[in-house]
Amino acid sequence: MERIHWVRHRWQQLVATESGRGRYSAPAALPTKSSPVLHNTQQLTGKRRTVIARHGPYQHEYHSISKGCQGNGIRTTKYSLLSFIPMNLFQQFHRVANLYFLFLVMLNWIPVVEAFQKEITMIPLVVVLIVIAIKDALEDYRRYRFDQKVNNNIATVYSGKQQMYVDQCWQDVHVGDFVRLSCNEIIPADMLLLYSSDPHGVCYIETANLDGETNLKQRQVVRDLPQQGSELTPENFHSYIECENPNNDLSRFRGYMEYPSKARVGLHNNNLLLRSCTIRNTETVIGIVVYAGHETKAMKNNSGPRYKRSKLERRLNVDVLWSVVLLVIMCLTAAIGHGLWLRNQKEASFLIPDTTSPALSGFYLFWTMIIVLQVLIPISLYVSIEIVKLGQIFFIQNDIDFYNEYLDSRIQCRALNITEDLGQIQYVFSDKTGTLTENKMVFRRCTIAGVEYPHEENARRLEVYEQEEDEAKGRSHTLKSRASAKSLSCKSLSCNRSSVSLHTLTGHSEGEGEESPSPILPRHSAFSSPMEKDVVPDPLLVQKLNCLSSPLFLLRDASMELTYIVDFFMALAICNTVVVSSPNQPRHVVQVPEVSCTPLKSLEDIKMLFQRFGLPRFSTLSPPHTTKSPRSFTRRLFARGKAASFTPSPSPTPTKRGQPHEEEGEHGSWKGEEDKMLHLNPGAWSGLENSNGAQGPPGEPRADELIYEAESPDEAALVHMARAYRCTLQGRSLERLLVELPGMGSMAVRLLHILPFDSTRKRMSVGADSVIMDLAESPKGAEQSDGRQGHIREQTQKHLDNYAREGLRTLCIAKKVLEEEEYEVWLKRQAFAETSIENREELLLESAQRLETNLTLLGATGIVDRLQEEVPETIEALQRAGVKVWVLTGDKQETAINIACACKLLRSTDQLLTANCGSKEACKALLLELRAEVESGEAAEGTSGFTLVVDGRTLDFALQEDLKGDFLELSRRCRAVICCRSTPLQKSQVVRLVRDQLRVMTLAIGDGANDVSMIQVADVGIGISGQEGMQAVMSSDFAISRFKHLRKLLLVHGHWCYTRLANMILYFFYKNVMYVNLLFWYQFFCGFSGSVMTNSWVLIFFNLLFTSAPPLLYGILDKDVSADTLIKLPELYKSGQYSKAYLPSTFWLTMLDALYQSLVCFFVPYLAYAGSDVDMLSFGSPINASALLIILLHQVIESHTLTWLHALVLVGSALFYFSFTLVFSVVCVTCSPPTNPLGVDKLQMSQPLFYGVCALTTVLALLPRFLFHALRNSISPSDTLKAALMDQFNPDDYCRKMQRWNQTQAQSKARGLVINVEDSDIKIPDFILPKELKECSAATGSVLS
Amino acid sequence: MMASNYNASKEEDGHQPGAMGHGGAGTVKNKKPDNTAFKQQRLPAWQPILTAGTVLPAFFVIGLIFIPIGIGLFVTSNNIKELEIDYTGVDMSSPCYNCSQSYSWNSTKPCTCSVPFSLDQPFESNVFMYYGLSNFYQNHRRYVKSRDDSQLNGDKTSLKSPSKECEPYRTSDNKPIAPCGAIANSLFNDTLELYYIDPNGSRTAIPLVKKGIAWWTDKHVKFRNPGGNNDNLTVVFQGTSKPVNWRKPVYELDPLDPDNNGFINEDFIVWMRTAALPTFRKLYRIIHKKPNNMTPTLPRGEYILEVTYNYPVRSFEGRKRIILSTISWMGGKNPFLGIAYITVGSVCFFLGIILLIIHHKYGNRNNSAEIHS
Repeated sequence: MERIHWVRHRWQQLVATESGRGRYSAPAALPTKSSPVLHNTQQLTGKRRTVIARHGPYQHEYHSISKGCQGNGIRTTKYSLLSFIPMNLFQQFHRVANLYFLFLVMLNWIPVVEAFQKEITMIPLVVVLIVIAIKDALEDYRRYRFDQKVNNNIATVYSGKQQMYVDQCWQDVHVGDFVRLSCNEIIPADMLLLYSSDPHGVCYIETANLDGETNLKQRQVVRDLPQQGSELTPENFHSYIECENPNNDLSRFRGYMEYPSKARVGLHNNNLLLRSCTIRNTETVIGIVVYAGHETKAMKNNSGPRYKRSKLERRLNVDVLWSVVLLVIMCLTAAIGHGLWLRNQKEASFLIPDTTSPALSGFYLFWTMIIVLQVLIPISLYVSIEIVKLGQIFFIQNDIDFYNEYLDSRIQCRALNITEDLGQIQYVFSDKTGTLTENKMVFRRCTIAGVEYPHEENARRLEVYEQEEDEAKGRSHTLKSRASAKSLSCKSLSCNRSSVSLHTLTGHSEGEGEESPSPILPRHSAFSSPMEKDVVPDPLLVQKLNCLSSPLFLLRDASMELTYIVDFFMALAICNTVVVSSPNQPRHVVQVPEVSCTPLKSLEDIKMLFQRFGLPRFSTLSPPHTTKSPRSFTRRLFARGKAASFTPSPSPTPTKRGQPHEEEGEHGSWKGEEDKMLHLNPGAWSGLENSNGAQGPPGEPRADELIYEAESPDEAALVHMARAYRCTLQGRSLERLLVELPGMGSMAVRLLHILPFDSTRKRMSVGADSVIMDLAESPKGAEQSDGRQGHIREQTQKHLDNYAREGLRTLCIAKKVLEEEEYEVWLKRQAFAETSIENREELLLESAQRLETNLTLLGATGIVDRLQEEVPETIEALQRAGVKVWVLTGDKQETAINIACACKLLRSTDQLLTANCGSKEACKALLLELRAEVESGEAAEGTSGFTLVVDGRTLDFALQEDLKGDFLELSRRCRAVICCRSTPLQKSQVVRLVRDQLRVMTLAIGDGANDVSMIQVADVGIGISGQEGMQAVMSSDFAISRFKHLRKLLLVHGHWCYTRLANMILYFFYKNVMYVNLLFWYQFFCGFSGSVMTNSWVLIFFNLLFTSAPPLLYGILDKDVSADTLIKLPELYKSGQYSKAYLPSTFWLTMLDALYQSLVCFFVPYLAYAGSDVDMLSFGSPINASALLIILLHQVIESHTLTWLHALVLVGSALFYFSFTLVFSVVCVTCSPPTNPLGVDKLQMSQPLFYGVCALTTVLALLPRFLFHALRNSISPSDTLKAALMDQFNPDDYCRKMQRWNQTQAQSKARGLVINVEDSDIKIPDFILPKELKECSAATGSVLS
Repeated sequence: MMASNYNASKEEDGHQPGAMGHGGAGTVKNKKPDNTAFKQQRLPAWQPILTAGTVLPAFFVIGLIFIPIGIGLFVTSNNIKELEIDYTGVDMSSPCYNCSQSYSWNSTKPCTCSVPFSLDQPFESNVFMYYGLSNFYQNHRRYVKSRDDSQLNGDKTSLKSPSKECEPYRTSDNKPIAPCGAIANSLFNDTLELYYIDPNGSRTAIPLVKKGIAWWTDKHVKFRNPGGNNDNLTVVFQGTSKPVNWRKPVYELDPLDPDNNGFINEDFIVWMRTAALPTFRKLYRIIHKKPNNMTPTLPRGEYILEVTYNYPVRSFEGRKRIILSTISWMGGKNPFLGIAYITVGSVCFFLGIILLIIHHKYGNRNNSAEIHS
């Protein structure tokens, strides 16, 4: 299966590179040009599509409107049966290599330059064409079969004739068709949701087929449809739909529907059902098709594989050009030689009478020689490289070390032609969250109303998990080392403290689209590990909650705190988008039943009761609130809110981002949730020992069995935490949440509005029941709370600083009580914002900000995002390998530094340089100052290196044209650079800057949508298929599941791939030059006439068959050092960084060796046969045979490993050659004139002289290289060779040597330090954490990664 | 009661192939790679690391093998007796001077000359008599091509309409040339005879065997007269023309021996096997060893070479020689191979010694080489 994929990808690359992206990028042609004037939007028809029901009332218009729309059938095949041969040939001749072959074939048809028989020069071309054509035909057939399967899927479509829904194939679905789908059916085309059996008009879809995310997404029926339910038939469907033309933006869909009443309703992404998603949890849905077939978003997104050109290939192209130069020189020599020779010849019997002048003959001969010496241009090299890379990728993909048990995933190689770049990486740019860390959020501690609850038990629990892990791995640096990292001291140079921006939210997901941050993992691995679910409650907090239930609890002050606490937990349980489901029915969202049979308490009730202090327990409860609620916050209102929640968030720009937060900072900078007054009476706290399930209504799934699925792991962590305190989120429907509170049983909370998280606001807000205002409305109370707020804010801030220093992700919880009128006013403006089409995003932002002010701080939480396993080891290995590791994160500076410490990026001996600037001038000064410091520091001894920490703002300045030189100069001297608070754009800018200015090989690794740009810019992009969706993976070249895999990928596979390919390429050049020169030398003895002493079949096959397999095997399987040693000695990686295996000098040395070998291979037989009665072919026979032996044995010398496969192929090649020539010399009676081989080789191989010559030639030709290797390896062995030698020791010796190596490496580093100023390994004793950092962490935010 | 009334769905359903599923492996099966030695690249392998220590035995072995072979070859080559006589007639003093001056392809009268020579040593075994040409580029590309193998193989259609490669020696007088092409056209046509001059002055013709000089495969497979075993070659070749430079048609090359006539004439076959280098020799005759084995094949003494001088070479500054040579298992006389073997063997031996020194000097260090990284 995998293999077929590559072949396909490979093929697409081979053929479709020039013709765009092949099939998948279907034409963006827009069909609606011809649409009739139905609306006053005619001027926009070029950009829009109009859809009406196919069998609806406007059938006559339907055809003209939908004329340009594609059907739903898909055709991903390239060819049809008829067009295969011409199309395929046409495609193939887009390749330069094939054109070259074709050119040679053409050349051979010109009589005056003809070198061989016409059919012989065609062989290489024909072979290549046929091989690729067969591959392509098979591939295309497979695609065809697949298309057939997809196209013949059955969907239920409304038929105009039968007036009912009938089964139809997918391919017969058209735009404007009504399609009815049931649960678990796959959506056949992009459709607008018009009807759902769900009473709220929602349906859930699973987009796993589209983006790999397995969580459910909600879709909403188009608002205010005039007909509902059963009425909804095409005949009655009088509405027009205007929407965008097909595009590939999965998260955006805009348009409106115009009802017969001329009312317009906006259409959004959450009205759209995307092709190839699956309907879940909804019995029946009906939709109208708006995009079909290749116009669906799914198909538009199906882009082909990536094509990158590797560094080695660029280098290779230079050498191919050199080969061309060499070829031209050789041909010119022959041409001139021929002209001169011809001029000196008088009339001779061997000269065929000819009137052409010598000059003209020379000119003709030039072209003849190009045909004769064609092999010099290693055209077969390109095909071979491609095959070798396929082989390398096969082994990378099959590496068991890259297998992740949890995800059942291997490494994915998406770019197939840059394997060797993995061996030359000099800079690694890494994301932090999800890349270095697990992105599994675990609640660690919290602070409520200014009181810290350290959750010591929880911390212990986390450490126990770690220790278990550590035992397995033998090392420990996670939380503990993070704590100890405080002993580090730091020297900070901040020039403008006040300007340090107060962005707080852990921002790894800045800039992510609305739908991106969703866990893609199967539930069992994502959110069900006990690690994340279990939270050990803090005794103090439990005590307080218990005291809530005690009858003595009457003190007002205590009650205030308790109010805070309860509000805090309510907020945790409510302010999220967590979907609750039960494990036995994983796809069943547990919902709040419409008509509740259990006594549900509404917030109103609770609040009422709360007023009557001292009433501890409700045994009897009021009837469900829904009916008696005076508010008219209807479903419609909610729907708008949801619509907003699916609005794509605006891409964050620094200016936008900065402003609101600074403003907010004055108020206290709380990232808050706005809760519309969550007050509840603390019912009798029955203690944590009480069984929770007993209180739940019968039939309700036990709380323990609930599964929370969240868009962001933080949300889930908080919900789990709340549940640990018995504040359990039990179900969710569109309008309300079912929350179980301690001692009170279930309670329904109405949802009014959700302001979803976006990276600009960095917060989300949920509006819940806004019923009671009396408690907060008294001005006196407000004053009181003001004073109290100040204290709480101060305390919480202190705790937050501590959290951040511990490397925790902090979120603040806040609330706000709104008056009814206030809310109504806001709602109107919000509604306006939602419906406006022009600058809707800005309006929504503004509206949200209006609501999210003057919040009351409740508390804050600290969430641990643990490091992934073996991250420190991996980073250490990379650094030892000479790779500079930069961390680019959106996180706070403190968090970033702490993570850097934890993952060994920062060592205790490192000197930390901090750059926080507010203006460009300051930034410039700072850069210079830091540089001076680094330079002075380098002179001193004792520091192991510098680490630069830059924040996003400073980075903005540093990336400007006139400062980037300084910035680079500074960062180049630092061992590591940490960029915090950086935006996705900045990430890619940094990568581009380093890549272009320093001319180094860069690798970017990340897991989220915010890393996509960086991944695309870098030479090698690696995506981590983790918790954050597939964007990073989709744009990456390689996708791995853990950061630790990077170590083996680079150090072992990168090293291997690079050395293998480099050696193979050199070998190819050698082989061609060596062989072709034999023919060239002969020209000196045949009057430069273009004669060859070999049968032309053998000549052509020599490269094509006899010597093609061994280098391929060599390129795929050679191993200079074992994997173990490469892992243990990362220093070996450096040889690839400096391209040691393929330097220009290596190339020319190889050329020289090839020249020498060809001289030997030609002139030894020449001298042995000179003057004898040898004929041409008999002369060529030993030359050919010894050339073959030399070429094969040369490879044995060059190989680092020889397995039975090598032996098989080498011996096989030799046998193949000899048997071929023998058989040919017996069978070929009149074939292949003029070089008729009949009897030649048979006779030659029966003569001892033949073997004498071959033996001597082979030995003499290989002697220098053999000697060179032996001498070099003895006198100055390379590191790689020493490592290879170590491989051969027995295990004990191996360990001993390995230790010594590692010691001496460290020593030599220290020694190098004294001598080499450039080496920046200098130690400065202590460093102090910058004070400024505290200020950085002032602002904190809420939920949603 | 909280249980929802929607249909439960199975986990696996989430992986049904959708339109996007082209590249995605939506399979439920375990993707764990096989843990085999091949796939994990752990095949047992021999790792040849060339260091002074490991290669020096090879050098000694090569030296020890090559030197004896070289000596053997050299001795063998030295034992071969060879005599070369240039009879081009460039010098005034040369007996063939006149012939060489006057002769051209167009001459009708044969010119003969006698070249006396003496043998210092007797030639013991079979003696091979070659004619040699210099500066004759039989390997010229256009020359080499200028033949029709089908015609020579007896193909009747090719006989009547030879290959275009033969141009301009394809037709003459509107009749196809047989054998066509430049190679055949330039057939070496000197006749050489050898006489032993007894001490008493009488000339004894030395029997020169003209069969057995061509390759067996050429004679029996590659070259065939048209019309199979039809002895009457005159009829067979009717309608064809002789090559322009030839005096007589192909069916008169050896009228006495039908087995050596026409295309299967061995002199012709030998000529048609184009030489590799511009200076070459071709086997002309064989002088078989005397059956009684008592007297040498060619005893020491005076000889006369009678040349019928037909072949012009002066126009391209060529030379004509005859070579008398015995042969060994290694072929003709060529000291090069022996010397080369001895040289290479000695060099290897010498290098082996150097490597030994290097090994002693660096070998120990090499074991702890990592210290000096």
